[in-house]
Amino acid sequence: MITYIARRMLQALVVMAAVSFISFSLFNYVGDPVDNMVGQEATLEDRAYIRQVLGLEDPFYVQYGRFLQNAVQGKFGISYRTKRSVTEMIVERLPATLELVFVSALIALGLGIPLGVYTGINRSSWISKAVLTVSLVGVSLPTFIIGIGLIYIFAVHLGVLPSSGRSGTVDLGGWRTSFLTVDGWRSIILPALTLSLFQVTMILRLVRAEMLEIMRTDFIKFARARGLPERKVNYSHALKNTLVPVITIIGLNIGGLIAFSLITETVFQWPGTGLMFIQAVDFVDVPIMAAYLCFVALIFVTINLVVDILYFVIDPRLRAEGGH
Amino acid sequence: MAVPQDDKKPSLWARLNDNDVVYSFFHSPLAMAAAFVTALMVLSSFGAPLVAPFDPFDPAQISLWDGKKPPAWEAGGDPAYLLGTDNQGRDMLSTILYGGRISLLVGFASVFLGMFLGVMLGVISGYVGGWFETIIMRLADVQLTIPGILTAILINGILRSVLPPELRDEMAIYVVILAIGLSDWPQFARVARGATLVEAKKEYIQAARVIGLRPFLIMARHIVPNVMRPVLVLATIGLALAIIAEATLSFLGQGVPPTTPSLGTLIRVGNEYLFSGLWWITFFPAVALVVLVLAVNLLGDWLRDTLNPKLR
Amino acid sequence: MSLLDIKNMTVEFPTRRGVFTAVRDVSLSVNPGEILGVVGESGAGKSTIGNAVIGLLEPPGRLAGGEIYLKGKRIDDLDEDELRSIRGNRIGMIFQDPLTSLDPLQTIEQQLMETIQLHLKLDDDAARANAVGLLDRVGIPDPEVRIKQYPHQFSGGMRQRVVIALALCANPEVVIADEPTTALDVSIQAQILELMRELCRERSVGMILITHDMGVIADVTDRVAVMYRSRLVEEGPTEKILGNPDHPYTKSLISAVPRPDVRLARFPVVEYIESAGDRRDSIDIATHWLGAGRGEKAPDGTMLRIEDLQVRFLTRFSFFKKHRLYVDAVDHVSFDIRQGEVFGLVGESGSGKSTIARAIAGLYKPKGGHIHFAGADLTAVKSEAEMDRYRRQLQMIFQDPYSSLNPRMKVMDIVAEPIRFHGLAAGGAETRRIVLDLLEHVGLGAEAARKYPHEFSGGQRQRISIARALATRPRFLICDEPTSALDVSIQAQILNLLKDLQAELGLTMLFISHDLPVIRQMCDRVGVMRHGKLVEVAETETLFQSPQHPYTRHLLDLMPKLEVLSHEAIAGLEVAD
Repeated sequence: MITYIARRMLQALVVMAAVSFISFSLFNYVGDPVDNMVGQEATLEDRAYIRQVLGLEDPFYVQYGRFLQNAVQGKFGISYRTKRSVTEMIVERLPATLELVFVSALIALGLGIPLGVYTGINRSSWISKAVLTVSLVGVSLPTFIIGIGLIYIFAVHLGVLPSSGRSGTVDLGGWRTSFLTVDGWRSIILPALTLSLFQVTMILRLVRAEMLEIMRTDFIKFARARGLPERKVNYSHALKNTLVPVITIIGLNIGGLIAFSLITETVFQWPGTGLMFIQAVDFVDVPIMAAYLCFVALIFVTINLVVDILYFVIDPRLRAEGGH
Repeated sequence: MAVPQDDKKPSLWARLNDNDVVYSFFHSPLAMAAAFVTALMVLSSFGAPLVAPFDPFDPAQISLWDGKKPPAWEAGGDPAYLLGTDNQGRDMLSTILYGGRISLLVGFASVFLGMFLGVMLGVISGYVGGWFETIIMRLADVQLTIPGILTAILINGILRSVLPPELRDEMAIYVVILAIGLSDWPQFARVARGATLVEAKKEYIQAARVIGLRPFLIMARHIVPNVMRPVLVLATIGLALAIIAEATLSFLGQGVPPTTPSLGTLIRVGNEYLFSGLWWITFFPAVALVVLVLAVNLLGDWLRDTLNPKLR
Repeated sequence: MSLLDIKNMTVEFPTRRGVFTAVRDVSLSVNPGEILGVVGESGAGKSTIGNAVIGLLEPPGRLAGGEIYLKGKRIDDLDEDELRSIRGNRIGMIFQDPLTSLDPLQTIEQQLMETIQLHLKLDDDAARANAVGLLDRVGIPDPEVRIKQYPHQFSGGMRQRVVIALALCANPEVVIADEPTTALDVSIQAQILELMRELCRERSVGMILITHDMGVIADVTDRVAVMYRSRLVEEGPTEKILGNPDHPYTKSLISAVPRPDVRLARFPVVEYIESAGDRRDSIDIATHWLGAGRGEKAPDGTMLRIEDLQVRFLTRFSFFKKHRLYVDAVDHVSFDIRQGEVFGLVGESGSGKSTIARAIAGLYKPKGGHIHFAGADLTAVKSEAEMDRYRRQLQMIFQDPYSSLNPRMKVMDIVAEPIRFHGLAAGGAETRRIVLDLLEHVGLGAEAARKYPHEFSGGQRQRISIARALATRPRFLICDEPTSALDVSIQAQILNLLKDLQAELGLTMLFISHDLPVIRQMCDRVGVMRHGKLVEVAETETLFQSPQHPYTRHLLDLMPKLEVLSHEAIAGLEVAD
């Protein structure tokens, strides 16, 4: 148990080290950081002084060490574009992204898992076939097209929902939430739907595939041969065995939501971290890019760690072996 | 147990029909329709200079007078421009055909890159094993936990910022191909490695080793042909995903520039005119994109179900 | 009226190439306390009968005709709910693979209790007591402790005992066992069969035992039904059917069973079963291509000398050397193989016999010891080029005909590959001529060259494998369980072919098998392996008549005696000296 988790933690650390190294390289070797700070009119002496102060003359590993030290404390410097602290900007925009991901995850899991289980068990019912056909269309619709389509229908054509932005937020001690006003909900509905639709179809198809896989195993056949009722075979034996892969799917889903929030936020001009990153790339705002890279890596590493620990709780084979 | 001793050769059609894949294709209207649509779009896009009514990049053929014309069947439409014109007076149908060419080109090239890298690394990992496998597969595992599109956006963003600004548009298409290809390889590597592990245990590989064949020859001649089935299924589905990824990057303004627009770029440009009611400038490229991706996805789905009969 | 009556059962599987009839007009009956064996070769339709009785045919299979009666009450026309109350409750089922028959995420207790409570309507305590008693009865030690465990904590044999307990927990009247011991080792197989027989007697259960193994049939069944190509060809008391069969199929089937009691020069030709047969001409080795370079003598007549061989596998990797776990698959083994003899290695699975073969063939690197081939120490060979010289002389035939040929290559290229690699022919035309000649020689005919492996049956594929192995003109042939994946009639043909080739070409052979009767038919001398060690080496007849080591005696005891086998079937055949 302890070795298993320790091994996973170690792996997570290696990943974080690698990603931080990439962001560090980005920081130091893309463009001239001094140029980005002082502008063209600075004298050579000024530049040399700044290089000295910033430690850019230090050996490579000293610089990397300093970068790590700062990163662990959440210090990623000043944005080239807005001249504000990167950490401050991320913290300010985080609630918007997290709330969007949260609402989308509820929609995606709440629809995707039951539909996947249903279509896995009732393979040949017409509802299953209809759901599967629709889901294939869903997989083929790029997120941004869903977004544009929803905007055109609900904002331009019907004019019932706002087309962009995040209005109606309430400040709860530094956390600006959309959940407390009607306006807030009105503006989160379209982005959340956009973000979740693709995930619903993905989850549905993955869960269904897992269900079908389990339904073919010998122990399901043996359970049937013992006369267990269909309900018991489906839900107590099959479903429990799909739980392990489903946890992976949930982990992937949350990762997917964070990835696609970049696109959704751009389409809806939703003031979250994803939009911030896209704008940063446009302006080659390296501190923000580097910080976002580390931030995303941290989220993914955490999700994976949680998933691994959950495996452990569910699967007795893993517990017995002490991990593989 | 069937013992084929018949020396009479059946006709080509009979032999093709006996092949389960071919049979299933001609008995699946959906698969045939998807193949037809895909073939149509690939041919007309790559043959765009021959098929398209106008050359949208020839200034002599564009006039701002003809700008913002609605499709031919709407009030104010011009029969010369079937799907209308964009803000600069370019024929929509022609720009879509030329744009589809860029989208498909990037799609094919990036999938090929990802497949080449992934199959090579995956087969070597599976067959040779050792520290090479440990490093490559760990790397693939880590990258797989991050959705491909995010990896592509990140790699694309980093590559763009490394390039000097004046080269960004010029190199954009290669940067996009590289970014999507690099985001794709772990899938291929994992599938190829898994299939290689299965094949390497089989006795024909051991027979080849007993004969004395060297590892390179065994991988190239015996393993690669036998792992290509699942890889090709993945490549088909991967093509759909790559086309989406390219469109997404271009839509975000990080992909192919408007001077050589792909479908994604066209949608991005047209999106600005959506609120002023010029819906056709986004609508038709979007439809073309969705139909293309859907057709490729349908083909991939059919291929997967047919080649893995147990999943049916 | 019997306990279970199957009357004129026909089962069909509609496919796009027409309706496939898996079972045609079969009638069977079972009485309480009786074991009815259903025997037949692969594809004969025997497993389908069992699935049809409990209404669990794989789609698109359907019961196309006939009736099934349980204690006189018709059950084939029941609806799903009524059938379900019979399944597990009145008819129990045991499947082949104990490793996959149990839900890995539920304890043995959960699985037993849910079945017991469903059918017997007991409260928790009574059901648990019942379950513990049952586990005790099927021979699980410490049932009170082990009932709380998960399936992965049990060995294969123990899991099959659990599966039997699950099949019996609702006191069914009939049990259908589909190849229940095929996945198990011989010593475990004997225990499980014994247990099943006892349980049948004491609980008056009628059992249908489906198997391909004549030894199993002879050991435990009271009556036997023989299936051939979806039909029932003969049915009657086991002694009668095995000892004095009427139907020609049964006769040829029984004649093909390797006999444990007497060594024959050749197996009788089983014409009833597969026509691809012994239509091969013998060759004059002095002038034929295959004879080239055969004159060499090995020094002092020893072709292969294994000296203190050690092969070790890593079972758990760790970055720290001292945390790594190893298993010694081959543990200090030494033996000699003389030129021209067939040397057998016998043992249960995991005994290391295949590992030795693979180490000799160069597939595994030994940890210690020496392999001397025709006087040269293979473990000391440094360069690949030098190794190629020995590889040419030393070839191997594998177990699984379905995986030993590359499915993407034509037979021509499969057989030509070694010739091309070792440069044994002057050009393309000569290579083709040699391949066609080889295919002819192993009894396939030249037209086989144009086809792909999937167009052949298991026995034919094994002939292709043999042709490939002969293509380098080897002096030494390793046969690793070459017939254990084949039906018994095909096995007889392949073993005959190997015997003929060995005699004709003067091959030296290492013959590996878990099957003692096959060893007796094939080998001049035998080594017995156990847990990576060689426990006894002796002349074959000496070993079978007076085994020295207790483990050898144990294995011989477990061997089905087949004393009832018809002697008429082998009457007039030459007995080897």
